[in-house]
Amino acid sequence: MKDARIPGVLIVLAASVAMIGCGKKEEPKAAAPAPAAAPAPAPKPEIVVKIGHVAPLTGPIAHLGKDNENGARLAVDDANAKKLEIDGKLVKFELLGEDDQADPKTGTVVAQKLVDAKVAGVVGHLNSGTTIPASAIYNQAGLPQISPSATNPKYTQQGFNTTFRVMANDIQQGSVVGTYAVKDMGAKKVAIIDDRTAYGQGLADEVEKAAKAAGATIVAREFTTDKATDFKAILTKIKAKNPDVIFLGGMDAIGGPMLKQIKELGIKAKFTTGDGGCSPELIKLAAAASEGVICTQAGLPVDKLPNGQKFVEDFTKKYGQIQIYSPYSYDAVMVLIDAMKRANSVDPVKYLPEVGKTSYDGVTGKVEFDEKGDIKNGAITVFEIKDGKLVTLKSEGGTVAAAPAPAAAPAAAPAAAPAAAPEAKK
Amino acid sequence: MDTLLQQLINGLTLGAVYALVALGYTMVYGIIGLINFAHGEVVMIGTMVAFTIIVSLAGSGMPPLLILSVGLLIAVVACMVLGWGLERVAYRPLRHAPRLTPLITAIGMSIVLQNVAMIIWGRNYITFPPMIEKQIYEVAGASFTNVQVAIVVLAALVMIGLTYLVQRTRMGMAMRATAQNQHVAQLMGVDIDRVIAMAFIIGSALGALAGCMVGSYYEIAHYQMGFMLGLKAFTAAVLGGIGNMAGAMAGGLLLGIIEALGAGYIGDLTGNFLGSHYQDIFAFMVLIVVLMFRPSGLFGERTGDRA
Repeated sequence: MKDARIPGVLIVLAASVAMIGCGKKEEPKAAAPAPAAAPAPAPKPEIVVKIGHVAPLTGPIAHLGKDNENGARLAVDDANAKKLEIDGKLVKFELLGEDDQADPKTGTVVAQKLVDAKVAGVVGHLNSGTTIPASAIYNQAGLPQISPSATNPKYTQQGFNTTFRVMANDIQQGSVVGTYAVKDMGAKKVAIIDDRTAYGQGLADEVEKAAKAAGATIVAREFTTDKATDFKAILTKIKAKNPDVIFLGGMDAIGGPMLKQIKELGIKAKFTTGDGGCSPELIKLAAAASEGVICTQAGLPVDKLPNGQKFVEDFTKKYGQIQIYSPYSYDAVMVLIDAMKRANSVDPVKYLPEVGKTSYDGVTGKVEFDEKGDIKNGAITVFEIKDGKLVTLKSEGGTVAAAPAPAAAPAAAPAAAPAAAPEAKK
Repeated sequence: MDTLLQQLINGLTLGAVYALVALGYTMVYGIIGLINFAHGEVVMIGTMVAFTIIVSLAGSGMPPLLILSVGLLIAVVACMVLGWGLERVAYRPLRHAPRLTPLITAIGMSIVLQNVAMIIWGRNYITFPPMIEKQIYEVAGASFTNVQVAIVVLAALVMIGLTYLVQRTRMGMAMRATAQNQHVAQLMGVDIDRVIAMAFIIGSALGALAGCMVGSYYEIAHYQMGFMLGLKAFTAAVLGGIGNMAGAMAGGLLLGIIEALGAGYIGDLTGNFLGSHYQDIFAFMVLIVVLMFRPSGLFGERTGDRA
């Protein structure tokens, strides 16, 4: 009796698994006959297109991962609201959000998972350290990958035709920070810290090059990890070298405590950091110690985003404050969808060539890719933290695309402008 | 010279925290020979509970120092209950199981606690509200804060108190007897269930205290903070001789100082061949060297098959 029961359970289980499995795979086809049976004017057949998104949703920079994912989610919702038709079929987009824990090993595992789930394209990952190893997997599968935030130059230099990014890379960013520190802040001695990740190290190297080229000396090059909280030992060493400027190649999660410890040790040097630390989270973590920090983002400031106002409003209403790159992940999804529309296909083989030919007016500006997949004319913006807010100092590069609906602008402008101004300062 | 002094101060603060956490490992190990890998998570829960209490009391108009004390007290009590519960639920049923079983349970409990904390307090870094206005003092070119002074002084007081408890009270005597031989102690009328529970309770209370110290020192807390801290403290306990209380204290302080000096000087000593990213490797190198010459740690004694 006992023996007989087990196979019975197994069969039920197997059957239900099989049904679930089929249900998902056959969704596009299964959906078709059902509406067809209805007497009403036959609705279009519907297909489901899965778009993968990967970012760290757990760990020290989970807030940034969630920010990216929310941007992508908003894009998918907006696209679905438009009821797009591709190849005569109504397309429903679905976002498969995965967590790579900012860990390169996990990054490749979830990349494979997305490939196996037959996604049509991938937006992500967040960190350069996870994006680069994962890109090989997407490339093998022929899936287009657009990163909204991986700034390490190596990502697009691997000779893959599947790698794209929608913001400037670290060669541009590093040269802007390095030059700014020397030319505008008058630094003669620069100390550099990085967190030994592909992003932190890569950016720190570029800053070092640029600062040296501009005539400063690098008095210290120190290292930490992306999970550390105690920096007093390396900061003490830096203090002894008496630099004018300290640069951190790392994320806001370590930048916050580091700033507090800089203050406690009585270090007078100005603090600068790249896009990973240029977030409202840094201000929250460092509180008063964040005052006067100079940081850069690989893109235009939110208030200057050409079509950004509506995005800012929608995003804030739905998910709250924008951290850094959600507008970029929004655009990354939109670029994929735009390429599908032009290719009139959701098959990666068919629409991948179209991604490279993109010319899209996104919320972050005009998106066009060069032959490597880097964005053409990417912008870098320098911010200063003043009174607990990120204030734009200057922007370099970037195409401020003509707003697509200039006719509507005059009417909306008087009302929208004052409303947008305080928003942007947040 | 002022740099060296500063590095020693950095190391001393870090070391005091390591020592308190290491005591939790070493007490449990000394008595039942179990490495309680969930101890780092107990420390984290302590920080989180204190954080919650402090934040919820922050607007009540109570004096900040009182809020901090209340937060600390509740965190200590919460961790005592947690430590007792861990022992009761996860380790006591396995007391006569093979050595490996409770060890795996400990790792399991560590993962469970981490995830529970993630569900309760979220994934983001949380800022620990600074209740004490930070004062920065400068002596001979080295600076330190009143929080650092408080950490070192409090840690020293607690260690003195603990030594008294173990060496001078009846409970301490029972603990030492149980550590030497559980069966004989039981025959002599020692309630070893109670003694073992006490070891967990005291260790967890120290952990909660250490957690609050870390919280107010870095002003930051995170559900994964206990893992690395626990690992370092465990290393400190091994360095000093696991199972030995004086060893845990000395090992903690030593590890903190080695880390600070390692990060500060390794680059200069090797002509920048090895940079400060070798800080952890430096600490573990010292551990290996010590264990090569003294396999049971600095203060450890060879104690038959229980070591």
